[in-house]
Order: sequence, then C-alpha cells, then structure tokens
Amino acid sequence: MIVVEEVRNELFAGLRHAVGEAALRRESGREVSITVPVDRLADACAFVKGNLAAPLATMVGLDDREQAGVFRLVYVFSVDGKWVSVETEIDPARPRFPSATPRVPAAHWYEREVQDMLGLIPDGHPDPRRLVLHDDWPEGVYPLRKDFDPTVPVPRVDGPRHRFHHLHGEGIVEIPVGPIHAGVIEPGHFRFAAVGEVVLHLETRLFYTHRGIEKLAEGKRFDRVLQIAERVCGACSLSHAVAYCQAVEAIAGVVVPPRAAALRSFFLELERLYNHVGDLGNICAGVGFAVGTSQGGRLKEEIQRLNERLTGHRFLRGVCRVGGVRRDLDAVHLRDAAQTLQKVEAEFRRFVDLLLATDSLMDRMIGTGAVPFEAARDLGAVGVAARASGLDRDARRDHPYAGYDQLHINVPVRTEGDVRARAQVRMDESFASFALASEVLRSLPSGPLFTEVGDLPPYRIGIGVTESPRGENVHWVRTGPAGSIDRYRIRSASYCNWPIVALAVPGNMVPDFPLINKSFELCYSCLDR
Amino acid sequence: MLNIIRTSLRTGRVTVPYPEQSETGACRGRPHIDPDRCDGSSTCAEVCPSGAIAVTRTASGARRWQLDLARCVFCGLCEEACPLGAIRMSADFELATRSRDDLIVGVTHVPRDTSDAREENPPAVAVGSATSAGREDLAASGNYLGSRIRSLLKRSLHIRHMAAGSDNSCDWEIAHLLNPVYDVQRFGIDFVASPRHADLLLVTGAVTRHLEPALRATYAAMPFPRLVVAVGDEACGGGVLQGSYAVAGSVDRCLPVDVYIPGDPPRPQAIIQGLLIALDRLEPKMKRVELRVDA
Ligand code: SF4
Repeated sequence: MIVVEEVRNELFAGLRHAVGEAALRRESGREVSITVPVDRLADACAFVKGNLAAPLATMVGLDDREQAGVFRLVYVFSVDGKWVSVETEIDPARPRFPSATPRVPAAHWYEREVQDMLGLIPDGHPDPRRLVLHDDWPEGVYPLRKDFDPTVPVPRVDGPRHRFHHLHGEGIVEIPVGPIHAGVIEPGHFRFAAVGEVVLHLETRLFYTHRGIEKLAEGKRFDRVLQIAERVCGACSLSHAVAYCQAVEAIAGVVVPPRAAALRSFFLELERLYNHVGDLGNICAGVGFAVGTSQGGRLKEEIQRLNERLTGHRFLRGVCRVGGVRRDLDAVHLRDAAQTLQKVEAEFRRFVDLLLATDSLMDRMIGTGAVPFEAARDLGAVGVAARASGLDRDARRDHPYAGYDQLHINVPVRTEGDVRARAQVRMDESFASFALASEVLRSLPSGPLFTEVGDLPPYRIGIGVTESPRGENVHWVRTGPAGSIDRYRIRSASYCNWPIVALAVPGNMVPDFPLINKSFELCYSCLDR
Repeated sequence: MLNIIRTSLRTGRVTVPYPEQSETGACRGRPHIDPDRCDGSSTCAEVCPSGAIAVTRTASGARRWQLDLARCVFCGLCEEACPLGAIRMSADFELATRSRDDLIVGVTHVPRDTSDAREENPPAVAVGSATSAGREDLAASGNYLGSRIRSLLKRSLHIRHMAAGSDNSCDWEIAHLLNPVYDVQRFGIDFVASPRHADLLLVTGAVTRHLEPALRATYAAMPFPRLVVAVGDEACGGGVLQGSYAVAGSVDRCLPVDVYIPGDPPRPQAIIQGLLIALDRLEPKMKRVELRVDA
C-alpha cells in the first residue's frame, strides 16, 4: 500500500516534470485537484494513469462561462482511496481540447459525451461519432450548456445517419438487432458482422433511454435531487441513492451516524444479493436451462419480498436520505431478516451446486465471451466483469463508505475472464454478501438514523462512490446557490462495462450473445440516464 | 438429471394465489388523505417530487387539494411533511384503472359563508392529446369496440412489452410475471417477440425522445384489435422526469392508453390486476374521488 503522502509527492514531482510548473494544485480532505493548461491535458492524464496505475473514475464537463468565462473539464482518477482530479479550462471562443483517449483509452466515451452535451470537441479522438444524442437531434444544440432552455422543445431534424463501421469481404453478413428486442429487456441496438455463425465484430448503438437526468437535476434542491438519483436505475436504486447522498454529505461535511451507516451497508448487501441471485438465474435463461432460471427467479423473489417487508419497497427505494437513512429495523424486522437470509442462503447453496453440476450449462459457459486482463484494465472495467478478468477492485474496500470500514470485505477475483468466471465471481460474492449482511445484523449499533444537513456551501464539489451489484458507481456533484445542485454527473458501472461487452463477443457464436450479455448483466437506463 | 428432478420436487409449488386471494402486503402503496384533518395548505405539494399534489383555488375562491395518482411515485414524503397528519401511506396497490381521471383524488375546502355551494364541477384531468385523437380515429374506422375486443381476447392474450425509456424497475417486475411465483401463463397470458403477434402493448417509461418513433412503429405494426397498457408512474404520468428535454412525459401523449397501472414500480400483483382489468376479467377498484369539506 502506498502512503498517501508519497502519492502526493510523487504525483506533483512527476507532474512538474510532465507538464511544467503551470500545474496548480488544490487539496481538500480526500481530494487532490490540479489544473493544467489545455494543451498539457493529455500529458497530465497519461501521467496520472500510467505512473500511479490509477483508473479513470469519471470525467465531467462543466459550463462555467457565467462565473469564469470558460468551459471546464475534470478527469477524476482514483488513487489509493483518494480522488485525483486533473482539470483544465477551455476558452469558449475555441471549444476544443486534445483528446486523452489515445493515451487513456477509458476516456473514450466521456469525451464523446462531452462533445454531444456541451459542444467541446476532442481533437484526435479515434472515434468522434455521436454517442448520447441520436441522428435527429439538431447540430449546435447542447443540453448541458447553461443557456439551453429545457422548456423549449427541440425539433427533430433529418440529420446525417449514424455511421456504423462495416466489414466487407466474402461471406460476411451484417445482423442488425434492436432497439426493441424479443424478450422483456431494455432497448439498445446491436450490429453483428458475422461469417457463418462466428461474430467478427459487434457494434452497439445505445442511449435510447436517455432521459436528460443530469440536466433535470440542475437548479433543484439537493433533497429533491435524491428522488431523481433513486430513479436513475431500478435494479441499483439504492447504490445510486447512497452514492448521491455521499457526494452531498461530503460537501456538507456531514458524518452519517453509525447506525445509519450500518443500515446502508445492510440494505446495499440485500441489493447485491437479489441482483446476483437473479442474474445467475438469467444466465441460465441465456442457455435455455429452465430449472436454473426458475430457481434463480424464485430465490430473487424471496429477497425482494424481504426488501418489501423491511422497507416497504421491493427495490429498496425510500431507504436513504441525505445525512442517513429513512427506515429503521425493529426487533421483528431483524428476526425476519435473519431467518429469511438463512433460509435463502441454504437454498442458494443448493442452487449453486446444481448449476456447477450441470455439465450442459458449464460447457456453454467455459471459454465463452472471454475478456483479457489488459482489455479490462485499459478500458476501465468495473465490478464483476473486472474481477472475473483479474482486476482486483471493489469500491467497498478501496473507497470504504457506509459501514464497510467496520467490515471485512472479501473480494473474489478470477482470471479466466469468461462467462463461467463472471458467474463464479457472482456466486462467491453472494456467499460473501450473505455473511456480511448477517454480520451487520448481529452488530447493529444503536443511535440516531440521520444527521441533519444544514445549508450547503455553494460551488463545492463532492464525489460519492458505491459498489453496486454491477460495479462501481461514481456520482460527482457540484452545488449551486441556496442548497441547489449546479451539476450532477452520474457515472454508472454499465458506462464502463458496455464497451467491454463489444470486445467480449467477437470470436463467439451469434447464439452465444445473449449468454455473454447476461453474464455482464448491464443496464441501459443508468448508462443512458 | 436426477438432481434437477429432485430440486424441482423439493421446491414444490410456489405460485402466489393472486387474485383469488387478496393480499395485504407491506408495500408502500397509495397515500390516503383524511379530509377532516387536511386544511388545504401546500406543505405536501412542496415536498412532492413528481408534482402529484397540487393546491389551487377554484373560480369561487375555494381551496382545492388534488392528488394525481398517475404521477405519484409513492415516496411517502408528503406523509412525513404534513404537520396535521392528514396523509397516511397505505398498502393499497391495486390502483389500475381504465381512465386517467379515476386516479384523481380531490378535496375542496368550501368556505362556510358560500353555503349555497355553487361549486363548479372539478376540472377534468389533462390527459395527453393522443388519447382522444387516437380513440376518434379508431372509432371512425369502426375498429374500436372495447368490450368486444376484450371479450375476444378474454381467454388468451399475447403481450408485446416495450421499455420506452423506463428506469428498468417496471421491466423487472414485468419479467417477474414469468417466474414461477407469479406465472401469468396460468391466465392464458404470454409474451411474444413480435408486435405483429401481439394483442396488447405493455409500455413502461416516460417515452424518451429517442424511443418515441420506435414506440409508434411498434404500435403501428400491431394487428387490430389492440390494447395499450401503461405500467408505472413514468408511463402513466411522467413521474419525476416531467419537464426533461428528453422525454415526452407519459405514454398517453403518444398512444391511446386503455389501462393505467400506477406504481413505482407496480408490484407484480398490481400488474396482474391491470392486465385482468384490460381483459374485463376484473373491475377496477379505483374511482375518481371528490370530497368536499367546510373550511
Ligand atoms: S407519496 Fe406521492 S403524493 Fe406523496 S409526496 Fe410522494 S409522490 Fe407526492
């Protein structure tokens, strides 16, 4: 483990060398931020990423023309439990910046998004196509600029068609699928280039469920925005709510009371459990193993019913509030939770044994959809997908939050990177979650449920992170005047992992796509926002 | 193989007997207003994240409190905020209706001195334009005979699900209808892959700009007779997304909606209830409520 002081010294010495004295620095709590001139942006990012082996956690574009006459970009890296932000200012008269993507590949989508939403052009980006906005969105209209008026309807135009990459050659066929799919799933468009059954290339066109959530939050009071944060995603509602609350609490300087912190961890583990258990069932659906699907669905249901009995909500909405939690557990709840989890764990163990002993299932999973370690690392994979490809990262341990600093987090890692490895990581993590949840229940501290949050200081930045069932969610918040939110950037786990799905599929059969896709179990709504 | 059979046998039957047996869940369902405690102040309206509560003045000056359950996200903040304890969250989840209007609860505080009570009729709720326009079209083409459609489909219904910009919670609950616990196939209901095979379009989400063309195309591809059911607060009334540049707001702004199933998301049982209402196999429990109290 690197000592924080050393990180800092190394960082600044190295940066001085890489970008010269022009780097400004600012430090507060767990955050270090440096400002560099725009032409040295890529150098600074490459330095932080390369020398400190720091993954890119998020990137935010800001329209600060009113206050400071500039646009701003903030690349946030995660360094040993701290956040290192590389900032730069962009002159509105020349809204361009040198793309960091060639040297920090994980930045590729963020930079395309900044181009769509703020009109800042990443020079030298290898793939500068539109990402979030679709073909019929007019040129020159940027929803995250402050002068964009969301009440004026944006006309649909007959814009240029999205350029898909085509493969040419004898026997290559292109199979377009979606955005509306055959099953009960969310919308997205996939294009396979295949020879016979084997996929050569997969392209995705996503962001169909883009709901303008980041813009919607702007100007609203911080407690109102929580209701939006909870609805970014259904299956990871609580992870998003907690990440948002942590960001605001960091700004307010509020410490969550111990009981609330422990309860947050408990409910977050329930969220992980119902997702992982259900996802294992869904992986079975990907190969048509109906008994596995039914068993997974049934056990998921048991946990979601427990959620409802404990909190009134099957997806745990309404559990969290800024400063703590809204729901307590009484003696009846505690008994119910302990008994239900014990029962479900025993049944889950049998379910896992059944899956592992079913050769026809294992046969389909082993070696399918493999993601090599280097690809996972360079594109910034998170969550189960990262841990199945040998990347040892888990925000519960690396950026302890809620009650996790009091708990022992066991992070299972595998190296094969295939469907089987992702399933196995889910299984191991589920057992760890059962253990964590009962550990919290046994040692639940007493005390208040929340700390009152007073006035928020304006124009301050807070970062909240949670390890959702799908991986790390990073919420970046900047306050505005009078307790409002000025900018809210939501980077979900799916945002990091979708590009990796596209890498996992080539070389596999077309019919294996549902299986591979389900082994990642990504979500569209928190990606698209 | 033996293992698989043993697993299934050990599990036994897990299907919940809904709607044969009513359920009293622990869910956070519909907020109830106690008109005698309510003073028509707007504390609740201020905290409501989805604009479901509005306090207005009628033409004669009376104060009118209104709750629109199509927009409600069932967060319970109004209950916490009301200083008079006039709002109580209940476990009522069977909220599906055939008309948007039936999801309105109004309380008019009639001042005592205007005892002649010449109160105007409470305003009808503004529904998305597609409802009436769509209906007229269909009526004109002679194809829309609601009860006949429903009697035709009564015993076998094929559903095409479409996520039109939801947060995926409603979609998960719809997917759960196919697990052994809810097992909608026992009602003769099933999901199909193509809209061309579908009798009913089950839509979730506040209809994003990027999906509106796909939603219309899906609907257009369906054969007659066809039904549309909106699932969840976003599909019914826009939820917390109202006012975003990227969403239409509710499904009925794009398509004529036959049944609304409010909820954030509605529990699987609530969706079952809504589907059975769409088929005339159940009658809605909700009716528009208009209460008058002396101020
Ligand atoms: S429960 Fe419904 S009416 Fe009450 S505040 Fe929440 S959304 Fe508004």
